[in-house]
Amino acid sequence: MSDITLNAATAAPEAAPRTPPASQIGLLAWVRANLFSGWLSTLVTLALAYLILRWVVGFVEWGIINAVWSVPNSQTQACRDMKGIGACWAVVTEKHRFILFGTYPYEEHWRPALCILLFIGLYIVSAMRRFWRSGLAFLWAGVLAVIGVLMWGGVLGLPYVPQERWGGLVITLILATFGLAFAFPLAILVALGRRSKLPAIKAICVLYVELIRGVPLISLLFMASVMFPLFLPEGMNIDKLLRAQIAIILFAGAYLAEVVRGGLQALPKGQYEAADALGLNYWQKTGFIILPQALRLVIPPLVNTFIGFFKDTSLVLIIGIFDLLTAGKTAIIEPAWQGFGIEVYITVGAIYFVFCFAMSKYSQGLEAELNRHRRR
Amino acid sequence: MQPFGLSILRALGAAALALGLAMPLAARAQQAPANTLDAVRGRGHLICGVNTGLAGFAQPDSQGNWRGFDVDYCRAVAAAIFGDATKVRFVPTTPQVRFTALQSGEVDVLSRNTTWTLSRDTSLGLDFAATNFYDGQGFIVRASAGVKAAKELDGATICVQPGTTTEQNLAEWARANRVRFTPVVIETLAEVTAAYLAGRCDSYTTDVSGLAALRAAQSKPEDHLILPEVISKEPLALTVRQGDARFADITRWVHFLLLSAEEFGITQGNVDQMLNDPRPEVQRMLGKTGGLGPMLGLPENWGVAVLKAVGNYGEVFERNLVPIGIQRGPNALWTTGGLQYSPPFR
Repeated sequence: MSDITLNAATAAPEAAPRTPPASQIGLLAWVRANLFSGWLSTLVTLALAYLILRWVVGFVEWGIINAVWSVPNSQTQACRDMKGIGACWAVVTEKHRFILFGTYPYEEHWRPALCILLFIGLYIVSAMRRFWRSGLAFLWAGVLAVIGVLMWGGVLGLPYVPQERWGGLVITLILATFGLAFAFPLAILVALGRRSKLPAIKAICVLYVELIRGVPLISLLFMASVMFPLFLPEGMNIDKLLRAQIAIILFAGAYLAEVVRGGLQALPKGQYEAADALGLNYWQKTGFIILPQALRLVIPPLVNTFIGFFKDTSLVLIIGIFDLLTAGKTAIIEPAWQGFGIEVYITVGAIYFVFCFAMSKYSQGLEAELNRHRRR
Repeated sequence: MQPFGLSILRALGAAALALGLAMPLAARAQQAPANTLDAVRGRGHLICGVNTGLAGFAQPDSQGNWRGFDVDYCRAVAAAIFGDATKVRFVPTTPQVRFTALQSGEVDVLSRNTTWTLSRDTSLGLDFAATNFYDGQGFIVRASAGVKAAKELDGATICVQPGTTTEQNLAEWARANRVRFTPVVIETLAEVTAAYLAGRCDSYTTDVSGLAALRAAQSKPEDHLILPEVISKEPLALTVRQGDARFADITRWVHFLLLSAEEFGITQGNVDQMLNDPRPEVQRMLGKTGGLGPMLGLPENWGVAVLKAVGNYGEVFERNLVPIGIQRGPNALWTTGGLQYSPPFR
């Protein structure tokens, strides 16, 4: 054995591994293969590179170099002089607390700020798989109760703040979080109900989904805020935010139910039969066999719907609730700050993007992790 | 024998009709003359429906406090009832939900630039208490265009928002005055003003107060000219529920108090000195004699509380509307040739 090895070593000294030519590997090769593979591709690359570069340089010049970051006492003349040349981030500096917290009393802004942090903390904890156990439900209930206490006050020495003064980012988070937290269980029940063998339950679920899906969210919000109060007895008023919240829950519930039903239908019949053969009853079968698989199948459309609804909450502007977007729009009504919409919209857009992008990224990770068994 | 589908359609139509008939009934049931004043007193604060954001009239400032002309009227009514202008809550209302909010009792009074018209007054179950701002539709042009009167706009392109009375007024005025124009119809306020500023149209038409606010927000206001013609009447009025005459009276007389105070020279600063003023009308307004407050169901010194809270009409106007470039115009007192006129305090 040993002499063979020796022979091999002496016989082929040139067998030392050689690297491929520089033009075939690394960044250079990638650039060549993807960006400059032919004259047309080269032309397109150069044209696009020119445009992107120009745009980036222009944006940096506008947004950073020539930007005005703050002005004293709303004297926006400095900003107006730079109109079109430099961004007026002073509008965000001046109005950021209004955009984030709306008309919430100024001295109490720490309360909605804390609520936003609590919401984000709740999202992060809920996203970690090692916390996925029954205790999480109690954590949600606890944190949401704390948020309620913080926002309303009236106890523990916190001054009472009526709901119509709430606003800004915290309203968006409340509407989206409560909306999806309540809509999701509702959706699962409705999806199961639609596949039920009991005709009454099935009919109710079909009716609910078709009725709600058949109208735009905006008309549901209108009904909740315009028609519904007329049917209530005199002097009885259900909070405007609560009405909008219920409309959003019902609407999201119908859409999510269809997504979940898609997952239930995609599951092979053998899974149902195998569960039956094991002697599991309906709820055991659903809870242990069907739902875990079905929900895993529909993560992408679920997240798609979540992201959609996070942004749809901005429709509450039509009934006069100051969510993040409306607060941003209202911030630039003051004459001194009129005309600086771009800066405010960029800021609000960036906040929406952070939340939506985080959701999207997380769902990709979750999908990859949960579907690991399929890649084998 | 009719087809099955048709009979279903019939049934649906009948159901829709029944619902449509039932709804105004339900709405009317809400307008039972409940005593708004007692409800407000019991609750401990006034609830005032305001615009979601209109420069000068109602807008939250950087710290989230509501400011503006309409907002000051809310504070004045609260001060009249409670002697404390802070006992008021503001509910932002959109044009679509404002009347329902009032009918359903979600708000006690609407102070949000609502035009007083006959059809609104008669069919919506509400009462217009007092016109606190006379507005009207006008035109703005670039000064460089050299246009000095609206009739010179023949052949011009005019930016206008659709679906409002503005568009209709423009067409009616142009027909009557034989002015040919090309309308550029753009839905949202931000876009329509951007279109005018970018030069897509020669003129932009909306209420004069809106034009003044637009002009004041430009870096060089003198580049724009608001033409002298006003082509429509837009009396903006405080609105209350129908069937509660007492509360309508209170709202109306708060407005008259602000007017009379200006007429007699009572300001936020000199209310206390004016208590010693010998003029009988001043003494009655400020509750030293006459017992006018209790006639409204208010405390004797309601006038003092209101004026200390917001000042007289001129001061409210000066504080909120003059900075955005709106002049008194038709809103001057009758003594200086305007339309604002208060019945006597007797």
